[in-house]
Amino acid sequence: MIDFIQMIVSGIAVGSSYALMGLAMVIIYKTSQVPNFAQGEMALISSFFAMMLLTTFNTPILLAFFLAFVFAILLGCFLEFAILRRAKDPNILGMIVITIGIEMVILGLVSWKFGADQKIMPFPIGPYDSFIIGNIFITKLEVLTLVTALLLMIILFLFFKYSKLGLAVKATQQNSVAAQIVGIRTNRILMMTWGISSLVGAVAGLLISPTIMHPYMMWDPMLKGFAAAVMGGMTSLPGAVIAAYMLGIIEHLFGGYISIEFKSVVAFVIIVLVLCIKPSGLFSRHYIKKV
Amino acid sequence: MDMKRDYYEDVQLFSSKVVIFWFAILIAVLYLFPLFVDNYYVYVANYIAINIIVVTGLNLLVGYTGQISLGHAGFFAIGAYGTVTLMAKASFPFLLALPCSALIAAGFGFLLGLPALRLEGPYLAIATLGFGLTITQIIGRMDIFGGREGLHAPDITIGSFVINTDKEFYFLLITLTIILLFFMRNLIKTRVGRAFIAIRDADIAAQTMGVNILYYKALAFAISAFYAGIAGGLYAFVLKFIEPEIFTLMMSIMFLAMVVVGGLGSMMGAIAGAILLCWLDLKLRNILDVPYIGDWLEHLSKSWFSITGVSNIQFIVFGSIMILIMLFEPLGLYGVWIRTKKYWRTWPF
Repeated sequence: MIDFIQMIVSGIAVGSSYALMGLAMVIIYKTSQVPNFAQGEMALISSFFAMMLLTTFNTPILLAFFLAFVFAILLGCFLEFAILRRAKDPNILGMIVITIGIEMVILGLVSWKFGADQKIMPFPIGPYDSFIIGNIFITKLEVLTLVTALLLMIILFLFFKYSKLGLAVKATQQNSVAAQIVGIRTNRILMMTWGISSLVGAVAGLLISPTIMHPYMMWDPMLKGFAAAVMGGMTSLPGAVIAAYMLGIIEHLFGGYISIEFKSVVAFVIIVLVLCIKPSGLFSRHYIKKV
Repeated sequence: MDMKRDYYEDVQLFSSKVVIFWFAILIAVLYLFPLFVDNYYVYVANYIAINIIVVTGLNLLVGYTGQISLGHAGFFAIGAYGTVTLMAKASFPFLLALPCSALIAAGFGFLLGLPALRLEGPYLAIATLGFGLTITQIIGRMDIFGGREGLHAPDITIGSFVINTDKEFYFLLITLTIILLFFMRNLIKTRVGRAFIAIRDADIAAQTMGVNILYYKALAFAISAFYAGIAGGLYAFVLKFIEPEIFTLMMSIMFLAMVVVGGLGSMMGAIAGAILLCWLDLKLRNILDVPYIGDWLEHLSKSWFSITGVSNIQFIVFGSIMILIMLFEPLGLYGVWIRTKKYWRTWPF
């Protein structure tokens, strides 16, 4: 029983970082129909930027994080403005290829600049500091991840529900021509969603960086986040979050009870099965394509 | 661009005697060139030929049928491990083991193609991506496939010939490549190929015309996987040694990049893309030895990046090529070729 609770707890903690990546994916996909494969690498370069500030320039940690977040937002806006907007014939394959291209460029730059070996992020909380409640271990980092993820989700929810900007984003997502007619600058909204999503990704990246920090560190969370987003329906924010926690928990339970070896791939098997049964994800209305 | 006046003109393999003449010369050059060059260039040619086979198959799926696959490294791995295992453990002859393992890959492709009926865009991308990752993980954990240590490829014997050098293997490989390319070119011009193209252009319209979408989508996946399987089986003998770490997601991405850079829906484009990216891949590994560019890069690296040299520069170059191609010439190298041709044909107008 203790094992079971322990696995659930660890699953939820891991699921939080998947959830953040999934959210970032969904935010972009909803507005611009781009499945953003560069999401992980955008987070990666932001985390490495923070690390560079901390180690080379000895910036205070809060300032470094703040600058990293600003950097992430600017990076997202820049990529949308300079590359995605210039695409001539935006079909889905073209967008996938462009974002994969961005991903490879950023990956190449980061591993050129910082090298491909494991780095140490000077984070105030070490990866192994932990609480023990009863017989359950939970690291402080996991608690921090969970709390930050929940806070961020609430902020995003409030932002999209109540703020004027959030409503404009929603309007653009639902019908961009109509949004343009009522006076929303949809181009700017697009740019802004890229900024927001890059910020969400960067938060995930910074929370992952104390445990692993090398140029490939974001691949697994990114793919799992993407998987969660697809499982949740790719257009539903709560769907992505729920699917991410489900994936995290299932992964840990599978690792604990069935086979630790195949733990990292079970998410994809689940995805394929879910997509076979419900092709547009668990939490989205089925879309009907018109001829 | 060239007007087709009847059906037979559309389906014929060569459009004129001139084309046949040049084609014969090309074949002759391909067969004769290993006699005059170093072993290294033969190795490069083998590497490129294998990528051409995969990319031709992937092009059928992505360029002609309009599906996305980010899991071709999985089929590639099935082909490689299947061939080596069948030869080493079940003592199949090479010429039987290769098609058998390719058929296994095709079977997996068919299975993956079935859910593809209802999936599109990001859903299909993640499903195929998941397949590719899962296959390599499973292969890497099974003892019959050598686990993490990998497998050594045995020698190939065909009849009484033993093939164990790169040059000998080249002749086998180039023959297979030419056969497969011919088959693909024929396939696209038949009823099946037209069905694929119809699905790409408008699947619902194709369905109304009587194309069985479920069957043809799955068939496209199967054929594409068959090509990847053949190529994988051959790749095992180029490397002489296979391990699960070779067949990564990056490999699938590279295959897709080759198709896209070459030009979607054109065989010549796919071949050109494979040649260009493979050549760049091998060249960029020792870019610092290239005069001028190497010095400049070293200087740039030392003043702005790291002092240890340019390790992953091929990612930057490939990524930039992918972005630029998509932004400025979505038809890829084939589009550039068409435009050049048109320019010269209509010159000076």
